[in-house]
Amino acid sequence: MRVPLSWLREYVDIDLSVAEVAEILTNAGLEVESVEYLGLPGAELEWDRERIVLAQVLRVEQHPDADRLVLATVDYGAAEPKVAVTGAPNLFAYVGRGDLTELRLFAPYALEGATLYDGHKDGRVKAKLKGRPLRGIYNDSMLCSEKELGISEEHEGIILVRGDEIRAEEQGSRGAGERERADRGLPPAPPPPRPPALPAPGTPLQDVLGDAVLEIAILPNTARATSIIGVARELAALTAKPLRLPGYDVVAAAAGAGRPPIDQRVVITTDRPDLNPRFVALLIEGVQQIASPYWMQHRLRLAGQRPINVVVDISNYVMLEVGQPNHTFDYDVLRRRADGYAPDGPVRIHTRLPHPGETITTLDGAERKLEPYTILVTDPAGNLSIGGIMGGRESEIGPTTTNVLLEAASWDFINIRRSANALDLHTEAAYRFSRGVPPSLALLGAKRAAELLRLLAGGTIAPGIVDTYPDPAPPVVIDLDPVYARKLSGLDLPAGEIAALLRRLEFVVEPAGERLRVTAPDHRLDIEGPHDLVEEVCRLYGYDRIPSTLLADTLPPQRRNVALEREERLRDLLAQLGLQEVWTYRLTSAAREARLLPVGQPDDRPYVTLSNPPAPDRYAMRHSVLSSVLEVAAANSRHAPRIALFEIGAIYLGSEDGPLPDELPRLAIVMTGRRQVEDWTDGAPASFDFYDLKGILDALFATLHVPVTVEAAAHPSYRPGRCARLLVGQQVIGAMGELHPGVVKGFDVRAERDQAVLAADIDLQALLPLIPDSYRYTALPAYPPVREDLALVVDASLPASAVEAALRAAGGALLRDVALFDVYAGSQLPGGKKSLAYHLTFQAPDKTLTDADVSRQRGRILRLLEQQLGATLRG
Amino acid sequence: MLEELEQHYRQATAALAASEGREALAAWHRDTLGKKGSIYLLTRNLGALSAEERPAFGRRLNEIKAHLEADYDQRLAEAEAAALEAQMAAGALDVTLPGRRPAHGRLHITTRTLRDIYRIFGDMGFQVYRSPDVETDEMNFELLNFPPHHPAREMQDSFYTTTPGVILRTHTSAGQIRAMREYYPDPIRVVLPGMCYRNEQVTARSEMQFTQVELLAVGDDISFADLKGTLTDFARRLFGADRQTRFRASYFPFTEPSAEMDISCILCNGAGCSICKYTGWLEILGCGMVHPVVLRNGGYDPERYFGFAAGMGPERIAMLKYGIDDIRQFWANDLRFLEQF
Repeated sequence: MRVPLSWLREYVDIDLSVAEVAEILTNAGLEVESVEYLGLPGAELEWDRERIVLAQVLRVEQHPDADRLVLATVDYGAAEPKVAVTGAPNLFAYVGRGDLTELRLFAPYALEGATLYDGHKDGRVKAKLKGRPLRGIYNDSMLCSEKELGISEEHEGIILVRGDEIRAEEQGSRGAGERERADRGLPPAPPPPRPPALPAPGTPLQDVLGDAVLEIAILPNTARATSIIGVARELAALTAKPLRLPGYDVVAAAAGAGRPPIDQRVVITTDRPDLNPRFVALLIEGVQQIASPYWMQHRLRLAGQRPINVVVDISNYVMLEVGQPNHTFDYDVLRRRADGYAPDGPVRIHTRLPHPGETITTLDGAERKLEPYTILVTDPAGNLSIGGIMGGRESEIGPTTTNVLLEAASWDFINIRRSANALDLHTEAAYRFSRGVPPSLALLGAKRAAELLRLLAGGTIAPGIVDTYPDPAPPVVIDLDPVYARKLSGLDLPAGEIAALLRRLEFVVEPAGERLRVTAPDHRLDIEGPHDLVEEVCRLYGYDRIPSTLLADTLPPQRRNVALEREERLRDLLAQLGLQEVWTYRLTSAAREARLLPVGQPDDRPYVTLSNPPAPDRYAMRHSVLSSVLEVAAANSRHAPRIALFEIGAIYLGSEDGPLPDELPRLAIVMTGRRQVEDWTDGAPASFDFYDLKGILDALFATLHVPVTVEAAAHPSYRPGRCARLLVGQQVIGAMGELHPGVVKGFDVRAERDQAVLAADIDLQALLPLIPDSYRYTALPAYPPVREDLALVVDASLPASAVEAALRAAGGALLRDVALFDVYAGSQLPGGKKSLAYHLTFQAPDKTLTDADVSRQRGRILRLLEQQLGATLRG
Repeated sequence: MLEELEQHYRQATAALAASEGREALAAWHRDTLGKKGSIYLLTRNLGALSAEERPAFGRRLNEIKAHLEADYDQRLAEAEAAALEAQMAAGALDVTLPGRRPAHGRLHITTRTLRDIYRIFGDMGFQVYRSPDVETDEMNFELLNFPPHHPAREMQDSFYTTTPGVILRTHTSAGQIRAMREYYPDPIRVVLPGMCYRNEQVTARSEMQFTQVELLAVGDDISFADLKGTLTDFARRLFGADRQTRFRASYFPFTEPSAEMDISCILCNGAGCSICKYTGWLEILGCGMVHPVVLRNGGYDPERYFGFAAGMGPERIAMLKYGIDDIRQFWANDLRFLEQF
């Protein structure tokens, strides 16, 4: 919502700087997102107070040597008038008309040295005004166009305004607001500061047209601030100043011959008072389609609206000023239609839901299909407009319209929002109606617009008002307990002070025992209960003045989050083991994930899919964390020599048990590239291979004290012969290995020829519960160990884990440790055999072992391994 | 005889002084004090002395031997020190050459930020409560006082799943009702972290996926003043003890009164700079007192119980703290970005 400060001043006295106004409104929930200045300090083009002034045009004469130039003599406040040479077409009409003083024609006037925008260049290019001869006549001043001043893009002519149109003057009666103030027990508002009727020539233009426009963010509960009066009301309450409302009285024509009252000419009914609670209409006849006065055009432009003509402008002006969108119908069109259905009867306007298949052609020329819930304004001949959203083409006012039926209605905001979204029609009216416009505003807005049409467009208001309001909304009355207010806010205010604060926002407050009986003003739709009143009290008191305290309430029972604790422990361990953590998008596609399964293996659980995906390849919640991490590895493989990544996160598997999927935690690891960062000492480091990943997992599970065993496995994602299954007991908790070349290619991981891409995919749902919170420590040995090396020759196909298991079993309690230190298969051994060499550590808890003890143990090991595995001692 | 001894002593002293290096000193020792050394040989002449002369000669001989041994030890120690000195001098390194950096891993910046948040609120008795990413419209909106088609829903554009009534949560506030229903009638202090999703254009300032942390406290003695104090403490622990906070009125359907909390700009300390758009303040989180409708939906009687809630974005916090200018970096996972933290 764009709020020009000069417009705001019409309703509230402001003795603060623009920055202070912005801060006060922002702190109270009307966030001023930016301030745009026109002409004033802070503007992109600041109008020089000395050199850009208001001038009165006294005389216009033809340039002696140029058809397209005129000489304008102006009074700009100096002792002597001055002549400006100009080509402005809108001055040509005044050539040769002699003294123009009585016409009171004013224009912005710039003197040599002033900086303006160049009117002849595209965009906004600043230029300094310099004197130069124009067809033989020296010229060092100019009358300015809107473009030159940065007001609009208009450069067809200069700004040329009758003196009484520069500022808002007679815009309607005042005083009705005073009655409302009296009703609420408020003192009368002082009169508004009246500027001099005619600004004097020479007045700096800053003081005439300069302004600061506040851009206020509208939240769903601040719809009341979508009008200038709405913002003024807040500011008045926040600064404890009175609010001046415009007059809402209407001066109607006397009833009599030829001017029957409106209720004999227009009848309004509705099918759906729930969707269209109120419909107010006034009839204004004999309207002239002229330009609106300059002050109105200027305000509309500052507020972001383009001026059109007086009828359209008044409609927009009242919407911005009062907050009530309204609609103007060409009454003659309605009458002509009525001649078809009731030649002698009134125009019959009826609001209803569409008939099946009904369409409407809106004033932008589009034929629109209608949702069954979209409410229409119709007559028996058909539809006229989409209620609260956009007018229909046939009945819209045109250049020849003279008789206007003015509609100001209220609509159910949820229904307008649904309809506007379905139609994709986001008009200014729909913007306001979809946030809620109180029914009380319909009458005020209708009267205000009618009176402005009378005053500014020369219309005559037919006697009477049609006001269809079958079920007036009851006032919202809330009992507020000051104790509740204190408990909720932490602010201890006496009831009297609470009442005074609420009254500033026009709440009616009466004492009711210990409590306050509060009636919300009818322009507030957001007040539902005492909590809302407490917010209002806090806002007006100032959030910054509410004390700051620490929680003194009972400490809740403290509960562990075991799953999170264990996940965080895993993160720490994996980072310690050299892996970088990543966080990835959880939206993916089946095709992206299918790259993990080059030979095809359908997943048996459905994806969670989106009906409005952000991109065609991001429509499903992931089934694989590994796939996400591989995408990160691929992206980094273009520049990073060492990639070692992990992610802990959820996958989403569609469930048959309910509407929500199973969200299961997974750990994925991807490693490729160099083991170490290359440095100058040792040359190129070796590349990661299977055993780097295996070592990390071995270290991880050992540290966690989870007894994970590994066995060779086949898995379509991994290279055959380099894939393992991870088990705890019989339970599979994951897979690891070197990825299949097809997978590497599918993800486009740029690995060098000798570099493998290693991956692990671990089910944390299975692993986390197996991590013990505690375990027993092993006492440090008191007696010295004896170390023996043993090289065994076994079948090449025998897994190392089987040999180690057999060693440990055969070694018994005295064999404290087994460490493989060499694996050999080659020409020194028979074909199909390999040698595994181990350091064996023997140690007894209760004595120093003798050679005989160790020798006995070693013999037993060799005997048993030969029996069990066919192992022989390598000679 | 004594004369000859003194002469040997002078010669030996001169020879010791002339010996350089460990080998030369060892040779001197052998030739002078060794079993066939010059001093030793003098003792053989002892028999030629008279009984009266013998004690004086013997005494002097022992004195000289002791002196020479002591001088030798000192010279040897000096020679050894010099040799070590020379050896170390030869082994000097260019200490400015880069070191051998071990490859090491790191936690993602988001994890680190989340842990900061958990730790600070953990100290105040708040515990982590997690709820699903894929949520019902009921939990995410309706029970939080967002009626269907309410304009408040426009503040958060949702991703809808193909299952009616199921969406990707737009905020971690979705976990509020779950926590309340699980813990009723206990008082509650929880931190609700998680991934959220909004159907927004992905730009340097907005992402379709982001993390959020919600704070929820429910009890019978919790006020807006407590909310202010708790969150101000949090801001000071996270951003520095001299941080000022500002609370300004705002709107969330699930809180009333509602507020935005700003902190004094961490770069300019409130003086005004480009980071704070010359306002001196940085918006850091939204908060408010739990709306009575939400308390009731969670099972708590709003006549008896009060609560506050707050929601913040760890990415936003990290962006402010480290001057990160593009939120997309959090999900791009470029190692050159991640390795800076």
